[in-house]
Amino acid sequence: MSRKIGRIVAASLATLAVAATAGCTSAGSGDSGGGTIELWTHAGGNEAELGVITSMVDDFNASQDDYTVEITDFPQDAYNDAVVAAATSDNLPCIVDIDGPNVANWAWAGYIQPLGLPEETYDGQLAGTLGVVDDEVYAYGFFDVALAMFSRESTLADAGVRVPTVDEPWTGEEFADALAKIDGLNRFDYAVDFGTGGGGEWIPYAYSPLLQSFGGDLIDRSDFQTADGVLNGPEALAWAEWFRGLVDSGYMAQASGEDATADFVNGTSGILYTGNWADTTVREAFDDAVVLPPPDFGDGPKIGAGSWQWGLTTGCDDVDGARAYLEFAHDTKYFVQYGEATGLIPATLDAAAEIPAYAEGGDNRIYLELADQFAVVRPETAAYPYISSVFQKATQDILSGGDAKSILDKAVSDIDRDIQQNGGYEF
Amino acid sequence: MVTTEATVLPDLEPPASRANRTSGANRPGRRSRVLITVARIAIVGFFALPIVFMLVSSLKPDLQIFADLGSWRAFAPVGEVSLDNYAGVFDRVPFWQFLANSVVISGVTVVLGILINSMAAFALARLRWRGRGFVLTLILATLIVPFETLALPLLWWVNKLPSLEANGFSLEFSQGWLNTYHVQIIPFIANAFSVYLFYQYFSSIPRELDEAARVDGAGWFAIYARVVMPLSGPAIATVAILTFLPAWNSYLWPLMVIQSEELRPVMIGLQYFFQLNVSWGQVMAYSSLITVPVVALFIAFQKSFINSIASSGVKG
Repeated sequence: MSRKIGRIVAASLATLAVAATAGCTSAGSGDSGGGTIELWTHAGGNEAELGVITSMVDDFNASQDDYTVEITDFPQDAYNDAVVAAATSDNLPCIVDIDGPNVANWAWAGYIQPLGLPEETYDGQLAGTLGVVDDEVYAYGFFDVALAMFSRESTLADAGVRVPTVDEPWTGEEFADALAKIDGLNRFDYAVDFGTGGGGEWIPYAYSPLLQSFGGDLIDRSDFQTADGVLNGPEALAWAEWFRGLVDSGYMAQASGEDATADFVNGTSGILYTGNWADTTVREAFDDAVVLPPPDFGDGPKIGAGSWQWGLTTGCDDVDGARAYLEFAHDTKYFVQYGEATGLIPATLDAAAEIPAYAEGGDNRIYLELADQFAVVRPETAAYPYISSVFQKATQDILSGGDAKSILDKAVSDIDRDIQQNGGYEF
Repeated sequence: MVTTEATVLPDLEPPASRANRTSGANRPGRRSRVLITVARIAIVGFFALPIVFMLVSSLKPDLQIFADLGSWRAFAPVGEVSLDNYAGVFDRVPFWQFLANSVVISGVTVVLGILINSMAAFALARLRWRGRGFVLTLILATLIVPFETLALPLLWWVNKLPSLEANGFSLEFSQGWLNTYHVQIIPFIANAFSVYLFYQYFSSIPRELDEAARVDGAGWFAIYARVVMPLSGPAIATVAILTFLPAWNSYLWPLMVIQSEELRPVMIGLQYFFQLNVSWGQVMAYSSLITVPVVALFIAFQKSFINSIASSGVKG
């Protein structure tokens, strides 16, 4: 028996060592040759988006002989960590895509540099799709996403509430009335699903616009040096009390399901608050689906802005080549391809006009209008990742029934301390 | 050959206790046995529920997974059942590539880990040399340092280390281990916990075996390879499983050191399914596929694993 185990171990060792050695020599690290520009994207696993990127890169490579762009794709949830690790080991590629709210932080950290493209390049581009820091454009995006509410005409009609429009959204009172009436139908587990089971960046992306509609904000945007007065002022307290109040009144789950869209389609909730990425699923499920703007709680309806954008790294050895690619790619043709492939909002009005769903009268036009009229970019400060994490915790504590005043005061104190400790995040 | 205590112990057992066992005086009654069996089935069923849910959900469309959540249907293959999610997985990611990478990385880590750590433990447990207690303490002390603390310094180091690469018929040095298989293996071969497990097990093997082997002319390596290791099956199985699991589940490190898709392990592959619209059915199908090797390994080594845990009192 012991001899047998010994032989098995020896054979396994030999086989696996050979396999590993073969792997080491075959894989190796991919050094770029002259004129090769590496491009990293978060679109791994997203066939539609990766297909457009591949198409752009192929077109660029075929259009000239000086440079060759090579794509490396990562899955989205792993992407930011991979970039930070690469920056630590000085292995960043030339071109990276960046989630909008991270642009300022990556610029401050020295990962990316201003794009340096002509100003007119960005004519007609939605403001939320540009990564502007310190008055310089560090990144541009091909698309944006918009927050909206989904419901069914039959639900709203049975409840006896009007269908709000972009021009005439619900006021806070109307929204409260609508929730009470939908709840009164006794048809749903909850009148509304705000996706409270979500975590991470979803929380500031989805809930800080509601805070802003009440008149508060994540930070005082005049100089990005303090959150005092905006994140813990009377408006912010009103937002916190309203949000927790939805749980207390039974209109909303303290922690909704893992997939709010699936729950809505399965009849769990009467109104769904989510992004336009849920559009296809909802419309396929209900013939009478309606897209509603978020309510106006006093300062107008607000939605988040700033999706994935392309930037140029500071360590890039071939800046001219990378700029040539970024300028080449900023073509309406590719904005259209993005919009058609992903169904998301094209970042320029020219591209929107060429996509039937986003053109005047198109089914998705409302998302473009929401993005154009109500979008508020998350604070363009290098402190944002920290602000985001603090706001996530504060929101979850508020939803759990904690004292809103002390939670928000603590959040402000944490944010201000972080800004102070980092020298104001000055460039 | 020296007779070990283990082989003589059964003969020392009092006849009375054997008689009790066979007579059935203390044996539970039929009803008790049925109750115990039912309780065992219930416990197994309870702990198997997450796996059953995963397997069953992997056969359902996304919306049905959530529609079934509130009832027993979540654990039953009812409704619109198909293999579409599995087909989606194979369309979406290079599954076999990821699987092969994880098998190679985990397999080599396990085999080399068993070899290196058992040698270290053998030196600590069987050889007499000054300072071995201190060295053992030092090795064990590393257990309190979490990997997250070491990750960045380790990344910096592996990026500076020289790498030997084959280029045609010649070998060339280059700097940095990033984007290779060995950067996912070598840092995890030496493991303090494995050394400790082997050390404990080796310490329980009678020293008379070493002396008898030395009388027969064996050196220390022969004693290690031909006497001690063949008697350490349970410890080897335990170390194999406890090394395999973190290697198979590793996420942070490959995320930091691997950029090329061809070298990514299965856990990074799981992230491909978390897009704006998460495909939960495919997540479950992919999770089911990557769980199979782990379950197979555990079943293969189950007896030795349990024996080792029972004898060492160590829980993984």
